[in-house]
Amino acid sequence: MRVALFLTCVNDTLYPDTGRAVVKLLTRLGVEVDFPMAQTCCGQAHYNTGYRHEAEPLARHFSDVFGEYEAIVTPSGSCGAMVRELYPRMGERARAEGRGDSLATTLAPVVPKTYELTEFLVDVLGVTDVGAYYPHTVTYHPTCHGLRSLGLGDRPRKLLQSVKGLELVELPGADECCGFGGTFALKNPDVSAAMGTDKVRNAESTGAEVLCAADNSCLMHIGGTMTRLGTGIRPVHIAEILASTEEEPAA
Amino acid sequence: MSGTFVGMPAFPVAAHDAVRNETLRGNLRHATHTIRAKRAKAVAEVSDWAELREAGKRIKDHTLFHLDRYLVQLEEAVTAAGGTVHWAADADEANRIVVQLVKETGESEVVKVKSMATQEIGLNEALEEEGIRAYETDLAELIVQLGKDRPSHILVPAIHRNRGEIREIFTREMSEWGRPAPEGLTDTPAELAEAARLHLREKFLRAKVGVSGANFMIAETGTLVVVESEGNGRMCLTLPETLISVVGIEKILPTWRDLEVFLQTLPRSSTAERMNPYTSMWTGTTDEDGPQNFHLVLLDNGRTDTLADEVGRQALRCIRCSACLNVCPVYERAGGHAYGSVYPGPIGAILSPQLRGTASEIDASLPYASSLCGACYEVCPVAIDIPEVLVHLRERIVEGGQVTREGNKVILKPAKGHAAERAAMRAARWAFGRPGALRTGQRLASRTRRFHPRTLPGPGRAWSESRDLPTLPAEPFRDWWQRTQGGNTDKGAAK
Repeated sequence: MRVALFLTCVNDTLYPDTGRAVVKLLTRLGVEVDFPMAQTCCGQAHYNTGYRHEAEPLARHFSDVFGEYEAIVTPSGSCGAMVRELYPRMGERARAEGRGDSLATTLAPVVPKTYELTEFLVDVLGVTDVGAYYPHTVTYHPTCHGLRSLGLGDRPRKLLQSVKGLELVELPGADECCGFGGTFALKNPDVSAAMGTDKVRNAESTGAEVLCAADNSCLMHIGGTMTRLGTGIRPVHIAEILASTEEEPAA
Repeated sequence: MSGTFVGMPAFPVAAHDAVRNETLRGNLRHATHTIRAKRAKAVAEVSDWAELREAGKRIKDHTLFHLDRYLVQLEEAVTAAGGTVHWAADADEANRIVVQLVKETGESEVVKVKSMATQEIGLNEALEEEGIRAYETDLAELIVQLGKDRPSHILVPAIHRNRGEIREIFTREMSEWGRPAPEGLTDTPAELAEAARLHLREKFLRAKVGVSGANFMIAETGTLVVVESEGNGRMCLTLPETLISVVGIEKILPTWRDLEVFLQTLPRSSTAERMNPYTSMWTGTTDEDGPQNFHLVLLDNGRTDTLADEVGRQALRCIRCSACLNVCPVYERAGGHAYGSVYPGPIGAILSPQLRGTASEIDASLPYASSLCGACYEVCPVAIDIPEVLVHLRERIVEGGQVTREGNKVILKPAKGHAAERAAMRAARWAFGRPGALRTGQRLASRTRRFHPRTLPGPGRAWSESRDLPTLPAEPFRDWWQRTQGGNTDKGAAK
């Protein structure tokens, strides 16, 4: 099976390790991965900040770049939700504004074949044990768009539970938002920081070494809060845990 | 809306102080987490919750679509049952009508059932100006009124107060308003409730005029419904000679049968009760039983304008249960007062800027008072997609466009204060439209990474004041991909 990796602009620029982990993991599972070099950004930050019309050309570009692939896999719950939940809505809104079906028709093909990584592993490949080894205590934070928009449910947890050496501990208040929220983190920094601090304190209370999530933008906020508060716990993307093996363990 | 909220600062400014108030944070954390857990349990017991939620949504949508017809039907039914219907286009008109009605009775005081509509129009203040004293009889509203405070929650308006604070307010203030608090009052809930009961009892027995809102109005029969937990509503609705109900036009339901849905979803969503304790229903007047004069004031106050907006109109489905407040992480930390409206929390953030418009600083800031986590939508018993409306309102603020105000179509200009953001969004869109430009930027950022500061100046301080910045990698992913031919010749990351 040949799939396109939609890495997201944040991961491409700031978290290439996550991208390498996805490639390593999927290749190990027999999937042929391509990274279309023309990919940029799905337009989520524009859309959610109120710049829907600025997001439209980015969505069209996304569709151009990824339209031909069998499946599109992304290690980001919120960018996955942007495509799956909000692209159809963008098409609808354009139609309601009297601009015809063009946007809806252009975006339609990529919507059903875009998968968040854990969805792709569990639903498409049908695996929960990916042969990973990660000898650490881990707590899992389900990020909001993965949890509520995509409905990832217990997929990430199932994958983590099958990792050799990994001890999974429950995070108190797991389904509460970490306070990132894209531009919310800048527009309402006090509330955002208060939410982040509570999330980090909860993670600390588990005694875990690692807080794992399926979205690096949330982890950027949580991780930045962790180091600022001087905690021992560190943020790690789920792809990096699942890519880690006994032969090649993650750092 | 209420004059008490005019001139409120923007949400982030108000929230700045609230998040640093340890008492407030503690009170809110305790209260919201308790009710959150109880609600989840009460909802999980109902096997057809999803169907009830969908039914509630559809009934409300249907009613809103045919609001003109149902309102006329309601007016006819209420009139036929002995009531009088008044129509109020805005808060001022509603206040004038109520003041006039009270004056006609010759009374100078009224007892009130907890009501959001009368809070919204600032009725107590309007009555006060005319020398009429309004007594709030709901326990939490009483605490707020005695404390010369503002409500901070739709259902439990004194949620920001703890027992110690309530004891203090009762001891200090009750004597000013009527029967003083008992000597040696402690902060046990039973004693506090008893003090309120004794204080209120003399007002119930004396009052000749009651003022209420309503949770539902049934078009086919002209019946009004008030749902409450303390029995104070039952007192206010049955003992006075005159009853005046101020109700938003969206509170209508076509038939009695429709109540079946909402009397299941509302109590479980709001107080986590299986069945509501006091459900009062009345149809016009009945000879020698209950109020002999009944007036219904139908309030628009921005609702018709809201109904004109295709995306925003779903906010009018709201049944004021407060489940969205109780589950909201932003509300929990910022508190209700920061929203500058009688409607705080997620629902307030979409309702206030629609009912009042987005001209004021506070109203223009409310659509951003959310991380879009979606917890509110998940718990809403009428499936209002609050994040969708928030984003829609953000768009209205930054892009402007056509809205309806007082029945007229007007074109809003983009709001001021977003120029830098707009420029950044456009620049990002330009770069993201050109993979080459993006790559140049990424490379530049990676190669200069040793010189990057750990904290940011200017607007970036909003990030780095509380969070460290991520360190940039030596190369972006796309360079690694190209250099290693998709990882096939990987000799490790560039150093």
